[in-house]
Amino acid sequence: MIWNKEIECMERSELEALQLKNLQDVVTRAYNNLKYYRDKMDKVGVKPSDIKTLKDIEKLPFTTKSDLRDNYPFGTFAVPQSEIVRIHASSGTTGKPTVVGYTKFDIDMWSECVARCLTMAGLGKDDIIQVAYGYGLFTGGLGAHYGSELIGASTVPMSTGNTKKLVDLMIDFGATGIACTPSYLLHIAETLENEGLIDKIKLKASINGAEPWTENMRKMIEEKLHISAHDIYGLSEMMGPGVACDCIYHKGLHVCEDHFLPEIVDPETLKPLAEGETGELVFTTLTKEGIPLIRYRTRDLTSISYEKCECGRTSARISRFKGRSDDMLIIRGVNVFPSQIETALLQVKEVAPQYLIIVERQGNLDTLEVQVELSSGALFDEIREIERITKEVAKNIQQIIGLSVKVKLVEPNSIERSMGKAKRVLDKRKLS
Amino acid sequence: MLSKQISVFIENREGRLGEVLSVLRENGVNILSLSLADTSDYGLLRIIVDKPEEGSKALKEKGFSAKVSDVLIVEINHEVGALSHLMEKLAKAGVNIEYMYGLSLHGETASVIIKTKDYQKVQEIMKK
Repeated sequence: MIWNKEIECMERSELEALQLKNLQDVVTRAYNNLKYYRDKMDKVGVKPSDIKTLKDIEKLPFTTKSDLRDNYPFGTFAVPQSEIVRIHASSGTTGKPTVVGYTKFDIDMWSECVARCLTMAGLGKDDIIQVAYGYGLFTGGLGAHYGSELIGASTVPMSTGNTKKLVDLMIDFGATGIACTPSYLLHIAETLENEGLIDKIKLKASINGAEPWTENMRKMIEEKLHISAHDIYGLSEMMGPGVACDCIYHKGLHVCEDHFLPEIVDPETLKPLAEGETGELVFTTLTKEGIPLIRYRTRDLTSISYEKCECGRTSARISRFKGRSDDMLIIRGVNVFPSQIETALLQVKEVAPQYLIIVERQGNLDTLEVQVELSSGALFDEIREIERITKEVAKNIQQIIGLSVKVKLVEPNSIERSMGKAKRVLDKRKLS
Repeated sequence: MLSKQISVFIENREGRLGEVLSVLRENGVNILSLSLADTSDYGLLRIIVDKPEEGSKALKEKGFSAKVSDVLIVEINHEVGALSHLMEKLAKAGVNIEYMYGLSLHGETASVIIKTKDYQKVQEIMKK
């Protein structure tokens, strides 16, 4: 099933003409309405009228997360605040969140994109879909919710946190679809297995995103629950989930290319890479009104294919993600930067900003341990002093990243340093 | 009597306690008493040595987190109920003990090492 056949199966030449028209439009809007981006364009001497072909996008300056941070909270809005109907926010690298504003058009466009993804997963108006992403400032819950309503499915806003109730309602309502993080779906599957309830469910498909997962994990979910599991991609800077999703052939994620123009660049040189080459994914929002972003560096590493898919869609497909070009970690759906941990440690005088982040997956849930070096001047003869510091560090980290962590204090200078630079992250999750 | 104690933060990893002890041995520091408080992640070694300043200096040079603090050595009779009797007296005087461990069990008397904020109170009690 295809939600918007006209767009999703459009001839490439026709699609590219549409993309060019919208690219010219968004560049003009950004130039006229966003001071920070106009300054960037003026600096390299590019005018909106210089964009004559799609390839001319290479002349345009990039946008990064720090542009959003520098213009906090509303400096990236290209429309008057009266036009903004919703504001989401995600955790930022230095305490300040990344803010995204949506106009009515943006919300409708987002719903349309999620509707395409749900349809790719085989879900439609006859389905009952549980949305088990967090609702709130995080884009997952409301994003999936609006798309699910648009396709006419009976939408159940479960949110996260109460697995028992989710499982009960899944059985009682006969839910046929679910949207949540892949690790949470595996957790749900195991709960069902342990209670001997697998035969009682009517689930047939899922869309899962907001954290990296592997093809093996996808297959494990499919086998345990006897469903078709789909990888949905998005980032709040673009809008949230629904930028891309894989169809029943699972040969890459179809990008909603009429709204988001993808490029793959070398993360070092920033030069464009050819089809099939792995590099950093860069997106330009072609239609978004609230916060248009031009050549936004996602930091996600992948490759792209323009070959027509067996499903009939002509949209570009991005491959499963191969990592990040920065040091961001995604833990339980939350973005964590090592620099945030460092910020938290600088607030406690008894510890040094030397640390090792250890991420593990116990069962299907990510756990986060932070080993922290005591500063060489921190001396103790009482256990409770050490416990107090441990708690204080854990509390500071939790306040900044929004996740609970286990803190382990270690001796001064005991964390391994290579070439003078400490190794900050030990990711023991087996994702490939 | 007030005495100097060295406390060393030790991660729970193999051989770490041995490393502390070998630093003391290499510097000719003799241990008179010790206690090791353990948690799941780390331990805290507390020692009374003959040369506390030399001992702590040597440990710090080797990168250990070694603290010198004052503790009280209280001598009691080496007999049933002596420690209990002492604790009763301290409790009655409102003395709070942070931690305590034993020192020597030779001869007629034994000693306990007490960490408290109320040294003077304890010393007054002991004089009575």
